[in-house]
Amino acid sequence: MTTIANRQELFGHTPDKNYYTASKGFLSWALTLDHKRIGIMYLIGVSAAFFLAGIFALVLRTELLTGTGVFLSEKQYNQMFTLHGAIMVFAFIIPSIPAALGNFVLPMMLGAKDVAFPRLNLCSFYLWVFGTLFLLIAMLTSGLDTGWTFYAPYSIRTSTAVTYATMGAFILGFSSIFTGLNFLVTVNTMRPPGMGWFQLPLFIWALYATAIIQILATPVLGITLLLLIAERTLHIAIFDPALGGDPVLFQHFFWFYSHPAVYIMILPGMGVISELISVHSRKEIFGYKFIAFSSVAIAFLGFLVWGHHMFTSGQSVVMNMVFSAITFTVAVPSAVKVFNWLGTLYKGSIALTTPMCYALAFILLFGVGGLTGLFLSTISVDRHLHDTYFIVAHFHFVMVGGTLTALLGGLFHWWPKITGRMYNETLGRLSAFLVFSGFNLTFLPQFVMGSRGMMRRYARYDPEFKVFHQWSTFGAFVLGFGVLLAYAVLLYAMKRGKPVAGNPWGAASLEWQSSSPPSFHNFDHKVVMNEPYDFSTQVYDAELDSYVHRRFLEPSKPTTQPQHS
Amino acid sequence: MAHQTSGHGNSATGHVTPIRLLVTIFVILVGLTILTVVANDWPLGHYDLWVALVIALVKATLVALFFMHMYWDKGFNVFAFLSSFVFATLFIGFTLMDTRHYQDSIREFPKSGRPDVIFPGAPTQQK
Amino acid sequence: MTATELAESAHDEHAHHSHGEFIAHHFDSAEQQYDSGKLGIWLFLVTEILFFSGLFCAYTLYRSHHPEIFVQASTFLDKRLGGLNTIVLLFSSLTMALAVRSAQLVERKKVIVYLVLTMVCAAVFLGIKAVEYSHKWDEGIFVRAYFNLHEHVGHGISKYLILISVPFLVLLVGSVIAAFTYRSLGKQHLFVFFISLAIMFGGYFLGAVGGKVYMNWKTARDAQLAAASIDHSASTTDEHSSAESHDAATPTTKHVAASDAAVVPKANEDADHGPAHLDQDIGIFFSIYYCMTGLHAFHVIGGMIALSWLLYRSILGHWRADYYGPVDFVGLYWHLVDLIWIFLFPLLYLIN
Repeated sequence: MTTIANRQELFGHTPDKNYYTASKGFLSWALTLDHKRIGIMYLIGVSAAFFLAGIFALVLRTELLTGTGVFLSEKQYNQMFTLHGAIMVFAFIIPSIPAALGNFVLPMMLGAKDVAFPRLNLCSFYLWVFGTLFLLIAMLTSGLDTGWTFYAPYSIRTSTAVTYATMGAFILGFSSIFTGLNFLVTVNTMRPPGMGWFQLPLFIWALYATAIIQILATPVLGITLLLLIAERTLHIAIFDPALGGDPVLFQHFFWFYSHPAVYIMILPGMGVISELISVHSRKEIFGYKFIAFSSVAIAFLGFLVWGHHMFTSGQSVVMNMVFSAITFTVAVPSAVKVFNWLGTLYKGSIALTTPMCYALAFILLFGVGGLTGLFLSTISVDRHLHDTYFIVAHFHFVMVGGTLTALLGGLFHWWPKITGRMYNETLGRLSAFLVFSGFNLTFLPQFVMGSRGMMRRYARYDPEFKVFHQWSTFGAFVLGFGVLLAYAVLLYAMKRGKPVAGNPWGAASLEWQSSSPPSFHNFDHKVVMNEPYDFSTQVYDAELDSYVHRRFLEPSKPTTQPQHS
Repeated sequence: MAHQTSGHGNSATGHVTPIRLLVTIFVILVGLTILTVVANDWPLGHYDLWVALVIALVKATLVALFFMHMYWDKGFNVFAFLSSFVFATLFIGFTLMDTRHYQDSIREFPKSGRPDVIFPGAPTQQK
Repeated sequence: MTATELAESAHDEHAHHSHGEFIAHHFDSAEQQYDSGKLGIWLFLVTEILFFSGLFCAYTLYRSHHPEIFVQASTFLDKRLGGLNTIVLLFSSLTMALAVRSAQLVERKKVIVYLVLTMVCAAVFLGIKAVEYSHKWDEGIFVRAYFNLHEHVGHGISKYLILISVPFLVLLVGSVIAAFTYRSLGKQHLFVFFISLAIMFGGYFLGAVGGKVYMNWKTARDAQLAAASIDHSASTTDEHSSAESHDAATPTTKHVAASDAAVVPKANEDADHGPAHLDQDIGIFFSIYYCMTGLHAFHVIGGMIALSWLLYRSILGHWRADYYGPVDFVGLYWHLVDLIWIFLFPLLYLIN
């Protein structure tokens, strides 16, 4: 049996000796190669982008309060929703979970010291910074009013700063590619001996599937945006119909990336939820292999459905039907995940911790978002709903109700590991409740008005939609307050929270075998391999007030045999 | 963790290709290049594109297999590389499947927007 | 696990790491590092192929809908220069493969020689490309919106060619100066490095001068042929031929007439789109041509930068039997640049 001092050093709360205290000074952060610090820098960066774009969202909702406009001109409104969308998508949602949480957690889950290419990882971060700077330059010069999709030919004609914005998105694309490449190689080559593909935590499976999409789809975005820049500056006429070019080709190019990108946004969230559900109901995940393979299936099917964004763009009926049919099949792996999460919850000892609250919110909201996707993939219905608030509500249910709640849930879940301190559970739950209720208040009315013909991207509207818009605006502020509260709870916990040791949740995946916060090398001991969801291996250690792998307490007893096949 | 490789001494980590093989491949590649230029003048009709593409494909395969060591490489690397062609084909194939469907609309698009009209500074068309 | 066991295992980890000097701390072994790098570069090549796939998609789209434009446009491209460039790149691939082999066998001098050869080939490629580009620009062959075909202007050396060559000249002179400065400072390895760079930039001028000489010869020959055709048409009183001979000097008419005869009437049939329209739409072909070859040229330049870095490390003698990954990885990238050109050449230059 190890001594308490020894366990305290390896698995306890280590405020004096961790990755944070390993070196000091601005440059030790700016030039760091440590995946944990890069993850933290990403977290700060994406949160800033999120708050900026969130403020735009609140401005938009305020503007829509009356139907006749409050304080923006129509042109300013166009710029506002474009910047909201572009910054949210490119600078926040896509890098949020993989680059911020994934960077911190993925190498630790593998028991590794770092990702395979630490310099490339830092390079990704700086590419993110430069890409976001370009978006900000676009915002501060003449703005952007094309919508985040940059559809040609309008994006060729408009006098706003499309070139800067596309440069920004181009650079952000490469940041995303390099993160994906890094993760894929890390998972392939840096698994410790004894960790097979089916001993990987499901978060890693999700990140792996995400990385596949990032590598295969994002380059196409790169070339699309490069051609758009060339189109604007040199008028090469590939997308410009006035010169004989093909504007629909732009949509094909764009959605070949941007539809898979939707899965770049949601798959990591699904991975987080798989962890949260299992750990916080202290029950082995139900249908491990189904969840794992459904991630990969979603990644591959995601490449075959981009045409469903183009049902009304002049595509032939045959193509519409092909894309519609394949789109329906995406529902299968998505539903497999939801059923397996529910199966995990069934008869588990569910602890309604904040991460669990967010996970439950995710399942509900993603369920609604996914099911309304089926309406939209039906061609006849889509003809009616195309470009209405129904679409807006649908993708916000997936992107915000899915990814954002997963990010917040994941932050609460790993916050004790990242900072070594526990957040306030009551306020955390309150934030989850506010986010959930505010979100529904915002977007449920949008389903109704969308199906009644309220078009998206309109600055002014008929009085019949007023009541829905007002509910929606009210909800947006509740949602905004909920998110602020969540961040406030986390920030307060970082400073004043109760110190916690390495494994407060009794989770079994490897990242919890380190001290909290982890040391510079992640682990100061040889990690003990075990199944990621076999919670029976974790034993409560009263002296540490934390869970410890039982091998560290009972030396005579060998580790349990793997229970998965 | 204490897994030690045989990566010391002169046992290199990868396969060492014989010079003779590399030079032979190069000679074949040059021969194929000359062949494709010559074949361009043959009366092949509509097949000329396919002949040129097949020759290019053979050349690309030779470069990949021997210059890029793919013949001796790990299966996963080969799989990853080849999958890129699968996805590129998927992308191009799906996109091209119905472009014919809307070409008329592009042709009907008002061409009043000649470059000299739309973009000041563009050269006017020469007569 | 006892306290001593735990401590030992932590100790073990460091003891068993007989890390070579270039093995990063987070890898367990040279093999793991090599495998990671190799998979990483293959995945990077995957992204490159998908990056180019967009351009191939645009190419296929326009070729399938406007075959006549492609036939007409390809007559402006010189397939001999294109073929020569293909062989130059193939040769650079060979020398690159040989450089990898020498690095594996830790033959320091051979690695340096092969890398310099590869770099020179890259520069020769760019030199020939510069001649091709500048020749087209002199004829007003730009991208679609600026496409403004006219007779070849400028005699002697084109101003565009000079413009492209100036940066290379500056780099050439700069590297020569740097080389001899370092030699006088007694830094032999930097002297070798910069003199190799100078040889590389010299390669550009080799390609440019060679290409230019060929182009001049070809222009003279074409003029002779045109003169001969005037003589020929004067003897036959064919209306079509006399019209051709009348405008024989303008490349537009010459090439239209020279291309597949079936194409021209088809274009003329279309009421809205006269011959002028067809000429303008050739611009789309050249838009695609410049995008594809331009992007490829950027990759060549990127390859030259990467090769220079390899060369520097080779001069310092960094490669070991278990550490030659960078040479291998840059090599893979370089072969991909070659691979893309292998497809670009027939698709752009060989259209009938």
